Amino acid sequence: MRNNKFGFTIHSDNQINLDERDFNLYHKIISGEAGFMSCISCGSCTASCTAAAYTDFNYRQLCHNIRRGQNDAVAKELSKCMFCGKCSLICPRGINTRKIINLLHKELSKTGQYAY
Amino acid sequence: MHTELFTLPFRAGLTFILLYLFVLLIRWLIRMSPEDIRKITAGFLSSKSISAIREIFSESLLHRKIFKVNPVLGYMHMSLAFGWFLLIVTGSIQSISYKSGEFHLPYYSIFFNKLESTTGTYPLKGFFEFAMDLILLFILSGVFLAFYKRFHSSKLGMKKTTHLKIKDKIALISLWLIFPLRLLAEGATSVIYHNGSFLTESAGNVLGSVISPEIIEMPLWWAYSISLGVFFTSLPFSRYMHIPVEMILIFFRNYGFRTCDKYGPFTNMEILSCSRCGICIDKCQMPESESRAVYFIRGIRDNQLNDLQFENCMMCGRCTEICPVGIDINEMRMISRKNSATDNIGNYDYLHHGKMTRTDVIFFAGCMTHLSPSIISSIRGIFSIAGINYHFMDKDGGVCCGRPLKLAGRHKDAAKLVKFNREEIINSGARTLVTSCPICMKTFIEDYELKNIRILHHSQYILELWKDNRIHLSKQLMTLAYHDPCELGRGLSVYSEPAELLRRIGILKTSYPHGKDSLCCGGSLANTTLSLKEKDQITVEALQQILVNNPQYLATSCPLCKKTFSKLSPVPVKDIAELIFLNIIHDKNQKRRKIFTERKQESVIF
Repeated sequence: MRNNKFGFTIHSDNQINLDERDFNLYHKIISGEAGFMSCISCGSCTASCTAAAYTDFNYRQLCHNIRRGQNDAVAKELSKCMFCGKCSLICPRGINTRKIINLLHKELSKTGQYAY
Repeated sequence: MHTELFTLPFRAGLTFILLYLFVLLIRWLIRMSPEDIRKITAGFLSSKSISAIREIFSESLLHRKIFKVNPVLGYMHMSLAFGWFLLIVTGSIQSISYKSGEFHLPYYSIFFNKLESTTGTYPLKGFFEFAMDLILLFILSGVFLAFYKRFHSSKLGMKKTTHLKIKDKIALISLWLIFPLRLLAEGATSVIYHNGSFLTESAGNVLGSVISPEIIEMPLWWAYSISLGVFFTSLPFSRYMHIPVEMILIFFRNYGFRTCDKYGPFTNMEILSCSRCGICIDKCQMPESESRAVYFIRGIRDNQLNDLQFENCMMCGRCTEICPVGIDINEMRMISRKNSATDNIGNYDYLHHGKMTRTDVIFFAGCMTHLSPSIISSIRGIFSIAGINYHFMDKDGGVCCGRPLKLAGRHKDAAKLVKFNREEIINSGARTLVTSCPICMKTFIEDYELKNIRILHHSQYILELWKDNRIHLSKQLMTLAYHDPCELGRGLSVYSEPAELLRRIGILKTSYPHGKDSLCCGGSLANTTLSLKEKDQITVEALQQILVNNPQYLATSCPLCKKTFSKLSPVPVKDIAELIFLNIIHDKNQKRRKIFTERKQESVIF
């Protein structure tokens, strides 16, 4: 998939068919925190994130994936979050990011995606 | 014996409640751990029991804490509780004085005027009759105030009162009826047998002008007995259960019991001790909702708790601080959060310890401080002027202290972060840990088990530096308002140090409420459900009260409060460290110069 031989990488194809995607998680979140829809994907959350300084955790990407119905890796990614709340303070749209994280935890534990 | 028949409802009610309490107490004792039992046995015959009795007298009877909230409200509670107590005690002495040396069941002294109405005199008859009337008047004034409060609560210092459910209303009405019925019943008897005093006789005379006392006497005594019986029977199902249980609670609290991290016998006592007085309601800055402390406790008691009731709270602790019963509401919410949260889902294996420099002092800024870099640069500036050899622990971002996770109920995940940071702190070999975030400081003190390490807020540390003459400050003619953060003030009882520091550099103008009653900024990390609009509303309302003296600066000692306030404040919001750094004197000559110019300025102004 990744070819780093020549000093650059090639990303895998990221095209999706929206008709085949599962948007349940997305709808669950916007019914709890409507602000999620007003996200402009500016990335301030990721830029300020405490966990992102140590690992490849990317809250912006996480939200982006949920909007695209790509829910496979959400649980694994979300487990890296320290819940410190910097993202919610920095968000220029005033989105309650911690509420979204809480809602995600609740939904994911309902569907048994946490194998702990 | 037929005349005693009317005492039956009272006797049945009293027997029921006493048996109920006995069973309740036995069940609590069975559920307690051996360690808890040891606490009781150790405390029972010690001075702790005496201090418990003293506390029962001052809180359950005199209601001193409610007097502090509002004197009229305090009088209302006191007249009902202490008055009833006096009535029982004086009545018992009266019956002993009548038949000395005999054992009486409780009903005898309560219905004394009726049961012994026909026979002659006994020592101090007149005195007892007068005293009993006086006490009854005292109680009736309280009943009147309680009735009045239902319609005009603001006159008694309460903007809002508790919304009562039907069970509470039944108990309330039976309580209100007890004493007026006693007055009428004794009044009717006193007209017939002349055994009353100023109050009962006049009441009886008024009654006699309407209806013949002989006809109405027995029905009134029956009604009095029934209202007592109904009240006692309704206790376990209503808020009035607090009357007996609060006394038990005070004993256990004096024996060293505290709200811990799970629901058990002690929390059960606390829940039953809530009288739903509603004093906490006015203290809450949240929008009107079922998450108010009083409804939250009722939710637990009735097993009808919904998640919002404990999640939609800023955990500022104002309700816990004001609660006259001393229920640890914050801790209770933490238990509920813990029970409902999905825990142990965090995976922080990516964290690795870096290179550690060994120093005496380490500085932990915390996540929130990293959002206000000026606080960090000010603190570093102060430290370098004071010549402190310190290690900046989270210079490159750092790891969260774990408190936000704990506040969300995820204790196991928080423990993972605590473990990581704790190793980092201990490996540094530091003796002093300075943090600029009260949220971190609270968890450092409560959860980190850092023995032999002093944990200080930067305001405390800077004050120490000033006292040690390591930094010099110049006083300016600027007016300051200081806001006590929840976690530093109510959470850790640090009030005086920041205020003292601010007095060194400016003129501190106190606005109310402050100190233990200080307002929450609205930005609390403990709440994940409030929308931005609601948060802003809380912030604006808090700012109006804090900035009432029109200060030039609003000083805070919490980076989160600073961030929250600065968004909406009309005056500049500065952390205490920033203000200190602005007014620090770099060398002694400069100090002299500064003082000189200061005096010059003052002479110009005055």
